[in-house]
Amino acid sequence: MALLNSDKNDKRTQEAERVAADAATAQTGERVEAEKTGKKRASSYWAVSWGIFKKNRLGMACLVVVCILVFVALFAPLLAPYDPDFQTLTARLQAPNSTYLLGTDEYGRDILSRTIYGCRISLSVGVVSQIIALVIGFFVGVCAGYFGGKVDAVLSFIIQVFSSFPFLLFAIVVMYVMGPGLVNLYVALGLLMWTSTARLVRGDVMRLKGSEYIQSCILSGGSSWRIIMKHLLPNCVSTLIVVSTLGIPNAILSEASLSFLGLGVQPPTASWGQMISASQPYIQSNTYYSVIPGIAIIITVMAFNLLGDALRDALDPKMRA
Amino acid sequence: MGKNKDMNDVVLEAQHLTKHYPIKKGLFGKASNYVHALEDVSFQVHRGETFSIVGESGCGKSTTGKCILRLTEPTSGTVTLDGQDFTALQGEALTEARKKMKLIFQDPYSSLNPRMTVADIIAEPIDIAGTYKTRAERDARVEEIMQAVGLDLAFKYRYPHEFSGGQRQRIGIARAIVLQPELVVCDEPVSALDVSVQAKVINLLEELQDRYGLSYVFISHDLSVVKHISDTVMVMYLGREMELADKDSLFAEPLHPYTQALLDVIPRITHERIQDKKILQGDVPSPTNPPSGCVFHTRCTKCMKVCTQKAPELHEVRPGHFCACHLFDESLSEAERQLSLDPTLVAQEKAQETGAEVLQD
Repeated sequence: MALLNSDKNDKRTQEAERVAADAATAQTGERVEAEKTGKKRASSYWAVSWGIFKKNRLGMACLVVVCILVFVALFAPLLAPYDPDFQTLTARLQAPNSTYLLGTDEYGRDILSRTIYGCRISLSVGVVSQIIALVIGFFVGVCAGYFGGKVDAVLSFIIQVFSSFPFLLFAIVVMYVMGPGLVNLYVALGLLMWTSTARLVRGDVMRLKGSEYIQSCILSGGSSWRIIMKHLLPNCVSTLIVVSTLGIPNAILSEASLSFLGLGVQPPTASWGQMISASQPYIQSNTYYSVIPGIAIIITVMAFNLLGDALRDALDPKMRA
Repeated sequence: MGKNKDMNDVVLEAQHLTKHYPIKKGLFGKASNYVHALEDVSFQVHRGETFSIVGESGCGKSTTGKCILRLTEPTSGTVTLDGQDFTALQGEALTEARKKMKLIFQDPYSSLNPRMTVADIIAEPIDIAGTYKTRAERDARVEEIMQAVGLDLAFKYRYPHEFSGGQRQRIGIARAIVLQPELVVCDEPVSALDVSVQAKVINLLEELQDRYGLSYVFISHDLSVVKHISDTVMVMYLGREMELADKDSLFAEPLHPYTQALLDVIPRITHERIQDKKILQGDVPSPTNPPSGCVFHTRCTKCMKVCTQKAPELHEVRPGHFCACHLFDESLSEAERQLSLDPTLVAQEKAQETGAEVLQD
């Protein structure tokens, strides 16, 4: 055995020498290689997906619309011609004119400014509630799919219970219990919308769980946490992106419905749903008052929905040739 | 073939390994029946040797590999690694012992996480074990191993989908040996590759064995690969050991009728006519309901009366050459030795023979 070991050591030193020699030659070629590597990295999963996405004209158009919406929401104070809450009682319920491009409401507030500010509310509700839903949904889904057995049975039951509530009715109850307000709206919608994420993640994880790279990680003594964060999460990202992009319009619609019912954003804060609600008595005399926030909702929801579809086509490897 | 082979130093010993998978039925998941995937399998792997397990698909080769590593828990039996009872280990001790044993997977496509770079994949075992304190040491080790398996260092930050099957398998091999294990279970490591790439990967495995003194448990159905790489070969059928011998005596003089049939169908360039070869008739019986007596008797051309009643035990027929077959049991009576062939098997055999004669005329 000793003889064997010394033999092995000899081989090691030889090997070390060879490695050193290789390294020396490698270094000269390294810069050239680095350039190649840079180029090669561009063909990663995300780059390929972006290439597919770029070819989808409708998807690109929706991306542009979404970017414009985000821009409008971020720079609302700069873009709005008037203070959205400033009342000019002498100029109530005006039709669109040169002073008020989209007219005024029953308190003489500028509808254009209110629509621009409403964009902030809608987008923030969509994004924040989806982030809450995503975090809850991912962890419930991962635990159900990864641990399986009884954990899966219990969690799947909870998912079933949550998704079998009538959505709006449950939202109304939650908002009623917690009281109206923007933060409560985020939480209520987040608590309601995680089930679809959880279901999809559970399915993904059950499929990935048997993968050999996860077996290899288990063999190396990797913890469940490591497997979830290093192996499962990166492989679920495309699912998560698609689910949340498709979830955002739902959240925006729910915000509009709840605000319309008076349980969401409270006046005088401008929100599209609440504007439609306020315009109700004037729907025959001043149609444009209700139509404008309605159009804003339609454009936003459609843009996110179609963007979600385009992303799914681009990110799903099965859709690729 | 391992040049560092040491016949007195046993790295791994499996004793009476048995694995039954329950088939669950009904509301409460009561096991109604069992799949007898492994039945009383025992063997030893010596340090530095390549121990091959061969057999048809579904014969329990991969299950043996998984039971050794405890990726599935054996129903009964023990695995001893370096004198330590591996089957009894739990938690930390199991993780520690598993550093000595690694697995190379069959499918180079599903064995690498598509979202990790090559360097991260190879470094995963050392990252988990926390072998190296600094990033530089870790990277140096990754580069060393990449060179050892013949991967260009420029590939470090690339993703698996950019590689061919052979290169991916090299990445898998690098991940398996990065922690310097003593034993590597190779589960059909080349069967998903092109023949030309197979040869390269096999040569790499041999080179690494010599350099690092690795022992291999090499699972394969490809007898020509096994003939090239092995020191010792175990032939399995329906979860049981049929024959166990060193490579030379097994290939020169196969004792078990099943081994003979297997060796007969290796494609060769000879003057022999293909028609002269005996091709095994019938299908592998279901492992849920294995045949009585010797499990091979339903397909065996030398089936005797005793074979349908009593299962043969593995015994040493020649020195170092073990075989589980009644043909070599001298204590049997004349009545027990009477041929007892399945009529359908005889008919098929005849058809094959007459077919061959017609062609010869």
